[in-house]
Amino acid sequence: MSEENQYLLEMRGITKTFPGVKANDNVNMLVEKGEIHALVGENGAGKTTLMKILYGLYDSDAGEIYYEGQKVDMSQPQKAIDLGIGMVHQHFKLVDTLTVTENIILGSEPRRGLTINYNEARNKVKEISENYGLKVDPEAKIQDIPVGMQQRVEIIKILFRGADLLIFDEPTAVLTPQEIDELFEIFNSLKEQGKTIIFITHKLREVKTVSDRITVLRDGKSVDTVVNTEEISEKDMAELMVGREVLLRVDKEKANPGEEILKVEDLHVRDNRGITTVNGISFSVKKGEIFGIAGVEGNGQTELVEALTGLRRAEQGRVYYKGEDITNLDARSIKDKHIGHIPEDRQRRGLVTDFSLSENFILGFQHQKPYSRSLFMNYNLINNHAQDLIKEYDVRTSGYNSLVNKLSGGNQQKVIIAREFDQQPELLIAAQPTRGVDVGSIEFIHKQLIKKRDDGTAILLISAELNEIMSLSDRIGVIFEGRIVAVIEGDRADEREIGSLMTGSEEVEVSE
Amino acid sequence: MGTIRELLAIPLLLTSFRFATPLILAALGGIFNERSGVINIALEGMMLFGAFAAVYGSGLTGNPWIGVLYSMIAGLSFALILALVCVTFKANQIVVATGINIFASGLTIYLLQVLFGVAGTSPRVPRLPAVRFLGITRYNPITFIAVALVPIVWFILFKTPWGLRIRAIGEHPSAADTLGVNVNKYRFICVLISGTLAGLAGAHLSIGEGSAFVREMTQGRGFIALAAMIFGKWHPVGAFGAAMLFGYAEAIAIRVDFAYIPSELIRAIPYFITIIILAGFIGKAIPPKAIGKPYFKGED
Repeated sequence: MSEENQYLLEMRGITKTFPGVKANDNVNMLVEKGEIHALVGENGAGKTTLMKILYGLYDSDAGEIYYEGQKVDMSQPQKAIDLGIGMVHQHFKLVDTLTVTENIILGSEPRRGLTINYNEARNKVKEISENYGLKVDPEAKIQDIPVGMQQRVEIIKILFRGADLLIFDEPTAVLTPQEIDELFEIFNSLKEQGKTIIFITHKLREVKTVSDRITVLRDGKSVDTVVNTEEISEKDMAELMVGREVLLRVDKEKANPGEEILKVEDLHVRDNRGITTVNGISFSVKKGEIFGIAGVEGNGQTELVEALTGLRRAEQGRVYYKGEDITNLDARSIKDKHIGHIPEDRQRRGLVTDFSLSENFILGFQHQKPYSRSLFMNYNLINNHAQDLIKEYDVRTSGYNSLVNKLSGGNQQKVIIAREFDQQPELLIAAQPTRGVDVGSIEFIHKQLIKKRDDGTAILLISAELNEIMSLSDRIGVIFEGRIVAVIEGDRADEREIGSLMTGSEEVEVSE
Repeated sequence: MGTIRELLAIPLLLTSFRFATPLILAALGGIFNERSGVINIALEGMMLFGAFAAVYGSGLTGNPWIGVLYSMIAGLSFALILALVCVTFKANQIVVATGINIFASGLTIYLLQVLFGVAGTSPRVPRLPAVRFLGITRYNPITFIAVALVPIVWFILFKTPWGLRIRAIGEHPSAADTLGVNVNKYRFICVLISGTLAGLAGAHLSIGEGSAFVREMTQGRGFIALAAMIFGKWHPVGAFGAAMLFGYAEAIAIRVDFAYIPSELIRAIPYFITIIILAGFIGKAIPPKAIGKPYFKGED
């Protein structure tokens, strides 16, 4: 019995099957009281599923959960809340139109008669906020506050319910480096006050920085619980996750830039709400170089890419491609000029997920020879073409006829990359090329991008992952509020400097 | 000049309350279900069935108050169908609600035949008493109920825990779910409230303002109520104001004689205003974000 009690949480033999996928297969996880426990694994390894089972959002098919030595039934989030388990989800669960206080008290409102006791609510929020150093503005609406503060609201929300075990699902994905540091300080202050933290991530550096112990998931199975984070290197951790040796650093030669391929001058673009989000942007990309755009999401990157690829009208400014003015040409004309596009939202823009791999491999080129002949599609050729690409780009699938929605995120991304690369683009616009993709696939995609660069393709890389921008780019443009605020040589880039430029907290002269 | 004096006459303004009553009630009901994330374009059908049930109940018992009770039960029963099919079984809300509207139209005509043996208009039944207010205009009690409900609905939505939960569910159901709020239970209840109020609006038309049921007597008021709700930006006070404006337009059409302008055109004013509002010319109306989407447990 005494041995049982050393764990705050025990999950044993957890199994959960979704149609066609075994997301969790006999998974075990043991969490000690007062520790920061990292749950790591590739995408699709079943980390989030496991935590959703713990939080009562999914029902498990098999397995048992013990909390403080007692067997517990987790069929409803309310049961987790009652036990003192709280979860900060990857996509924040905040109501934009309500205030910070309203979001925090929702579902557990302090009352005075029939009404909500807002005074008591505000005081309690203030108290938690001061105790843990979580700065928030209780009266502000969620839609008006930055992402970092939204995350603090989420943390207060679960502390408000008296949580002792806090689960964080990829909390750093949306944060700038500075905000990540702040979050880890919060982690430590929570730990000092006796709270236990489970922290889902696939970023190895963060695991090393902040966690005490690790559970590794691979293909829905728990591979290993590492007793102490100190005792394992990032490289070994990556191997445990992927199941083979992984190259963490991108190896590349110095770039050999040629003539200017893409030139953007004073471009202005509005978003769907009519707000000008690209606000006079200028830059150029040369043959054989990777120009990376670093920035916090929502600073105009999406609209910039859409304007360059003909998916959105530019209000002002010019875009030149090999000297030719291509401003506001339609998407097909741009594609026909050998401009490749890896869209940021692969399922909405990059693929028709209900179509087969073969068909997805020719999307955008389906009207051209040799894929179509007068009235008919040449399916023999299309299928052979698919078979070649599957092999060359190592797409893990049961065959070219299977539907794209059956593939994991990383393999879906490989389909897009294979398609765009195969058309020998002279300019490649890659937006978030490794978003939601696991370590193994990231390694592959990065290698391919470098290879294309060395073959002489001009690459415009847009990514919210500062690491990715820094390790791939030959030149880095930092975007803030729709403008390039600085251009830095890739080999002279400093993470802190770029981080503060991204948040607009540092003024730097733009140097070309 | 005479026309303008007539347009601004106090009795005319006071009469607007009578015309606005069904719109206020149905719009308040609509606010409940839409704030919780369910579209209810079946307000029209629920109102129509309520109007019929009121006449039936009043005729059966000779007590118009029993008629009022019947109307609310009728609205509730239709709402139960909508809630069960759309909230519990997650069917398309527009399709099901359209079905309910068509069903209400056919059912009331059929029941007129079966229960009263007539085709277009029911026999006369006891109507609700009318009360003189401020010594000028006579109102039936449902008008007072409708006006009194405006602050009550406001209080529920913006001062109580239930209101906060309803508002959260319509915007971000999974946020509420993760905090232990039972999304589909709240939605179910909101749809039932909506149907009950729409049924009551029907009673106002049949045994409040008149004393008989006429086929298709709601004449699109359920849809106008939806427009009032949108015009009022899903806020009870705003919806009340919009309903009053529409009620005023209807009062003008009936009470004021305009030279050269046919009264049919005046009567169409609310519909014109509705179209203009829906097209977004008068301020932008932003609906609850999760509206119309069924909620599945565990989704993001």
